[in-house]
Amino acid sequence: MSVPRYWRETPYRYRLVGSRCKDCGSMSYPPRRVCRKCGSRELEEIELPRRGKLVTYTVIRSPPSGYEEYAPYVVGIIELEGGVRVLSQVVDCPIEEVKTGMELEATFRKVTEDGDSGIIMYGTKFRPIIE
Amino acid sequence: MRRVAIVGVGCTKVDEHWRVSMRDLFTEAALKALDGAGLDRVDALYVGNMFSDYAQNQGHLGAMMADSIGMPGIPAVKVEAACASGGVAVHEGFKAVASGLVDYVLVGGVEKMTDIQTPEVTTALMMAENREYTGFTGITFVGLNALISRLYMETYEAKPEEVAAISVNDHKHAATNPYAQYQFPITIETVMKSSYIADPLHLFECCGIGDGAASLVLCPLEKAQELSDSPVEIVASAAATQVHSLYERDDLLRFGATEAAAKEAYGRSGLKPDDIDVLEVHDAFSIVGVLAIEALGIAKRGEGARFVAEGNTALGGKIPTNTFGGLKARGHPIGGTGVYQIVELTWQLRGDAGKNQVPDARCGLAQNVGGVDSTSAVHILRRVGK
Repeated sequence: MSVPRYWRETPYRYRLVGSRCKDCGSMSYPPRRVCRKCGSRELEEIELPRRGKLVTYTVIRSPPSGYEEYAPYVVGIIELEGGVRVLSQVVDCPIEEVKTGMELEATFRKVTEDGDSGIIMYGTKFRPIIE
Repeated sequence: MRRVAIVGVGCTKVDEHWRVSMRDLFTEAALKALDGAGLDRVDALYVGNMFSDYAQNQGHLGAMMADSIGMPGIPAVKVEAACASGGVAVHEGFKAVASGLVDYVLVGGVEKMTDIQTPEVTTALMMAENREYTGFTGITFVGLNALISRLYMETYEAKPEEVAAISVNDHKHAATNPYAQYQFPITIETVMKSSYIADPLHLFECCGIGDGAASLVLCPLEKAQELSDSPVEIVASAAATQVHSLYERDDLLRFGATEAAAKEAYGRSGLKPDDIDVLEVHDAFSIVGVLAIEALGIAKRGEGARFVAEGNTALGGKIPTNTFGGLKARGHPIGGTGVYQIVELTWQLRGDAGKNQVPDARCGLAQNVGGVDSTSAVHILRRVGK
């Protein structure tokens, strides 16, 4: 992982920046250049809602390189308020208490580190809502 | 457009081929296919392969493999579409012959997975998805398929044993296939007792890691009778893509690429799901085979798992499926898989399938996907004459 490659991805990883189509209103995460729904090229970047519901999830027990020390961990699809979906780790919750339909909120966390480049990588994960 | 036939096929056993290089593995299968066709020269070569650049640090497989089979000089190119690399390579070879540009084409698929360790294979397979975003979350390729397996069971109230039935189906068929990686039957209890790789997917619902190569020789149908007593026609070859990343799809349980490719293949051939005598589906994970059977119109949506669990896909069943073991038990050497499927259907349609023969098989369909159905290649084959 090169430093520029990591750096250019940080807006959406750190702040949940997505895009919204100015013509049809559909939202995407991460941001994109062409609207998948209507083909419009008039898109704007927005910060997405930080709360949503868990649609489905899995427990990663055989992780990829760089994620070994975190396994087992939960990754799920979360539908945010407004309907846009994201893929993210679900944290701060015992694995056996994770359920589809549970309410979650975004939180800023360390994700992994690249030993070769020395980069410590951060991003957004989701946790049960703390009122 | 010209009609296209298969006049030679060959493959290696899927295995951990520690003593054989990727190049030699490819060449072994290619020479068998050429010998089958009685040819020592073709006009073009297509090589299906996913991650030689990652596993072997080797690119430029077109020129490398053309040279290795003794044909430096011919046009040759690698085709990459993740796990659908083999099927899409066949599609590209089909187009070249159908167009009239070339007459004789060799299509080979190869993957040498055991040159890297398991965590690296896990990382390499995630190249099929969006690396910068999806891969960054720590999800694995097994994990992506586990997401839809859970959703399928919750949406349709399917039992885990029903979803996993296709893995048992595959192992039973592989027991009598000398080219299969895992030549033994398993029970549903074995599957359910095996550990989770990514919940709810158990170890025995997931394909293994193996090396293998498969190859075909294609030519115009009108020239096929000169080369083979039993040519098989490719009556339709279709490929399609859909929304790349799984999580962004409106309907997570719909294999839209397979539906689109199947619609085109059925349309071009004038055939319907009922006409298919033998089926090859891409079941790298149990749930993927289930959703493929639904997308191909063989079972209704939500009923695919039960359809398999009831025995319809067994040899002797309504529509024998993965008759040489499928991805789970024949094995899934990534770029090779789509070509293995066509080799196996060719054996069936020629009557060369031995103990795994489907009696009087006339028409076969193969479906090969890349990513979680981000790409799909669908081929329909038919016996010529008789």
